Amino acid sequence: MLVPINWLNNYVKIDDMSIDHLEKELIMSGSNTEGVVNLADGFENIVIGQIETIESHPNADTLFVMQVNVGSEKIQIITSATNCNVNDYVPVALDGAVIADGTKIKKGKLRGETSEGMLCSLEEMGFNKSVIPQKYVHGIYILNGEYTLGEAIKTALKLDDPIVEFEITPNRPDCLSMLGMARETAATFDKELSLPELSINKEIEDVNDYVTIKIQDEDLCARYAGRVIKNVEIKESPAWLQLALMKAGVRPTNNVVDITNYIMLEYGQPIHAFDLDTLEGNQIIVRRAKKDEKIITLDDVERKLTADNLVICDAKQPVAIAGIMGGDETEVKQGTKNILIEVANFDAKNIRESSKSLGLRSEASSRYEKGISPSIVKDTADRVCHLIEKLGAGTIVKGIVDKYPRKVEEQSIEVRVNRVNDLLGTKISAEEMMAILEKLKIKAQLKDDVIVATPPLFRLDLKKEIDFVEEIARIFGYENIEKTLPEGNTWGDRTYSQKLEVLTKEILFSNGVSEITTYSFVSPSILDDLRLSKESYLRRFVELENPLGEEFSMMRTTLLANMLKVIKNNYNRNIKEARLFELGNIFVPKQVPVIDEPYEKKRLVISSYGESETFFTMKGVLENVLEGLGLNDYRLLKETNNPTYHPGKCATVESKGKVIGTIGEMHPKTMENFDVDERIYMIDLDYDEILDQSDIDIKFESIPKYPSIERDIALLVKKDISHQEIVDVINDYGGKHLVKVTLFDIYEGEQIDEGYKSMAYNLIFRSKERTLKEKEVTKKYELVIKKIEEELDAELR
Amino acid sequence: MEKKLDLILENAIKAIDASETLEELETIRVKYLGKKGEVTNILKNMGSLPNEMKPIIGKKGNITRNKIEGKLKKYKKVLEEKQLEEQLRKENIDVTIPGIKRERGHQHPISKMVDELSDIFIGMGFMVAEGPEIETVYNNFDALNSPEDHPSRSQSDTFYINDELLLRTQTSPVQIRTMIDQEPPIKVISPGRCFRFDELDATHSPMFHQIEGLVVDENITMADLKGTLDLIAKRVFGEQTKTKFRPHDFPFTEPSAEVDVTCFKCGGEGCRFCSGNGWIEILGCGMVHPNVLEECGIDSEKYSGFAFGMGIDRIAMLKYEIDDIRILFENDVRFLKQF
Repeated sequence: MLVPINWLNNYVKIDDMSIDHLEKELIMSGSNTEGVVNLADGFENIVIGQIETIESHPNADTLFVMQVNVGSEKIQIITSATNCNVNDYVPVALDGAVIADGTKIKKGKLRGETSEGMLCSLEEMGFNKSVIPQKYVHGIYILNGEYTLGEAIKTALKLDDPIVEFEITPNRPDCLSMLGMARETAATFDKELSLPELSINKEIEDVNDYVTIKIQDEDLCARYAGRVIKNVEIKESPAWLQLALMKAGVRPTNNVVDITNYIMLEYGQPIHAFDLDTLEGNQIIVRRAKKDEKIITLDDVERKLTADNLVICDAKQPVAIAGIMGGDETEVKQGTKNILIEVANFDAKNIRESSKSLGLRSEASSRYEKGISPSIVKDTADRVCHLIEKLGAGTIVKGIVDKYPRKVEEQSIEVRVNRVNDLLGTKISAEEMMAILEKLKIKAQLKDDVIVATPPLFRLDLKKEIDFVEEIARIFGYENIEKTLPEGNTWGDRTYSQKLEVLTKEILFSNGVSEITTYSFVSPSILDDLRLSKESYLRRFVELENPLGEEFSMMRTTLLANMLKVIKNNYNRNIKEARLFELGNIFVPKQVPVIDEPYEKKRLVISSYGESETFFTMKGVLENVLEGLGLNDYRLLKETNNPTYHPGKCATVESKGKVIGTIGEMHPKTMENFDVDERIYMIDLDYDEILDQSDIDIKFESIPKYPSIERDIALLVKKDISHQEIVDVINDYGGKHLVKVTLFDIYEGEQIDEGYKSMAYNLIFRSKERTLKEKEVTKKYELVIKKIEEELDAELR
Repeated sequence: MEKKLDLILENAIKAIDASETLEELETIRVKYLGKKGEVTNILKNMGSLPNEMKPIIGKKGNITRNKIEGKLKKYKKVLEEKQLEEQLRKENIDVTIPGIKRERGHQHPISKMVDELSDIFIGMGFMVAEGPEIETVYNNFDALNSPEDHPSRSQSDTFYINDELLLRTQTSPVQIRTMIDQEPPIKVISPGRCFRFDELDATHSPMFHQIEGLVVDENITMADLKGTLDLIAKRVFGEQTKTKFRPHDFPFTEPSAEVDVTCFKCGGEGCRFCSGNGWIEILGCGMVHPNVLEECGIDSEKYSGFAFGMGIDRIAMLKYEIDDIRILFENDVRFLKQF
């Protein structure tokens, strides 16, 4: 809400304080600002001049030579402007002036003729194109009236006027008006409020002879009032009115429209004017539209209406969409003689829904949507008439037709003095509280320990005791409330699962893996990019109704795609190696389409690439993670059927009989889909399951006291025998003293037969109770060899 | 015989003096003192000597042996020293050659910020609560006293899955869940991801991170809110930090406030980070609206509470001087390694 200080000063005297002080105090009492602009700061040395002569430029067809009297001297100005005439008062930028865009004006020659200044447009004085009246958009601003030659434009047009932009919160729609802000200012600085002048000097005839009003759908229209103006003269508004509107961000049109806009800004009440002579039967009926009823609105568009839209009708048809936009046929134009002023109140929710369904918004509709009190209707209607008379725009017909079926009455709310102090932590006396409420025009009476508060009708937001606590607090001053700490001690902590996450991340960091954060939503195209099978359950996803685009329309069912995209980005930026992880949620719908809250499951993906990375370096990370979290019984089972991964380098990870994840090198075709020509490794884990199986209780195991006996076995086995199979046999027959089995060599070179490989193991035997004897170990050793030879068809080397 | 021993001693000493390696010394030792060594032989063959010579030769033989042994020992030490020195000299290195590092992994700055903030809050007695990213309209708006027509409910502000489910726009729904589940006293923070319908650009992201806090107990006042947040601001931004509470409006708190902290770059003087006014807006907060307490089954006459929230991405960007929010989610390794 743009509020020019000069305008505000009409209602509350603030010209005696600095703008800084005003702004600061208003912010602290609840009206936050978004900046102050002073047009006068944008330009220098523009004064009023009067054009004495205009001649064509001898050397240029499109230019004119003007002699302009600026008071102290007469100067020559060359201009291309075509809208000025002799005797016009115009803004003149003198030699050395600076205009709004920063350009400096210098004396100089234009096609051989001297120009000692420049005539200015409104834009050059700092006004935005959107608020400049049509006739001055391309052209010089002509000042209507008598002016002192040479006077600075800043003072002549009162442009030295700070315009404050206030941020209005949804709970205070009444502040979307000059009066609303004036009330806040008066309350903040404890000043008198001057209400606008409503008096009318000459009123003729009787309004009831000109119009009848009937509200058929009272639920959507709490009040509808009309006043009539006769012998209307549509012309340009006076400069003060145009400038006030422009400063407040509204483009001036003509006197009648400008008055209605001025008052809309003043009171926060939208006003509509109808050409009275175009209203059939001189009737106004406020009702819901009939299905498929049509209207051509002011913007020349035909709109089809539904029974949910409220319309203003004459005896024949709809003449306006209530609260949103007027109709074309009844518009006030040049030549209109008599007008009907509509000041009404419509249901906020209905206006919002109609506005949405019709795809039609206006300043009026946005105000109705936010909520307006019906109590201000009459004053507003009288104010319109006052200004019309003042501007000589027409003759006022006596009286107002005011239908007010749902009259709002003042409500009283009890506010407990103790409650206020208990909630705020203050010790404000009842008297002080009442004084604050009075400043806000809230009537207050003390009844024992309770203040009976009666808020003014224009406040729509004060309904319960708690609302008054806030009013008292903000005027008392938040800065005057002490700083204390709540009593009592509470125990702060993370949950077990959060602690485990911290531990998991520490393990990953110590393994050189860095953390990434990616979006929870992805593009459905990843499902094919990952080469998921048609029946994959990962294809069942939660879909967003209103996504930010296809790219973010699916809630992720896997963390793989985001990780691969991050890998891709890094790879494309020439990063040679990386180890990354993400610990985050995936979303699994209970039904498709979604009805109930979907499952949110936590997963951990770890990925890497680089010269020194292999399946086994990643397996090392996996082992560190699982073991670090207390999962020691995991197994890797070869997986050849997962289309996302390399069929020969993929394994399912199992622990305690449950599948907890996958580890592998990505399938080259998958990487093709992600535009990366490099071996990428991936670990994808069900973190919830790992959490379940985690065990981080440490129990000390005594350090071995007795020496161990070591034996090595070198075996020749068929290539397709896995290490696990060999180890299983060794462990099965090695006996209870076999404490460690380590693979220390794999050889498939020249000395080995085709189809075979050599695997060498180191076995460590040890007892906790005594020193083992060589004989015992040898016995077990020989048994192990025998069983390996038998069960795995292997040979000792 | 005695003369022979003298000669042996003389030769041995000469040889030892001339030797240059430990191997040579060993050879000398073997020559004179070994199993077939010259001194050893003499001592061994003492039996063939006349009786009156035996003790003389025996004694001299032993003296000779001891002298040679002594000298060998001494010299061995000298040679060993020399050898060590030689070895050390050969092993000289250029210490300015780069070291071989084991790279550590890095925590994402957002997650780092969450952990740091959580630690501060835990130290003040807060538990850490979590909740789902997909929430009900009820938990995200209705229970938080948001009016039916509040602009934030529209599809141009919030992501919906269906009429009842949406992506949470704030982490306050976790507080609703906590209040429904627990009886006061309640003291929790809820960090997490949130979503708003915002086009992705330098200052906006459809997904962002928040941390919200809630305290509900008997006799909780707005003075407590001010004191707690002031203390937290000092912990997070430095002891010199001051706070300013400005009235504002949120559906689920009343009274509501926005909190500014003195700019942690310029200390309040005014710089480009705080757009010249010395303050940076950090938090939204207020006293929990009685409607919200009642909706969660908490007696608003007996209990009161305050709530607050801040955007983590924004604070991280201010603190680390990151100028584009998209950088946080691109996860370039060169970015991650800086934290």
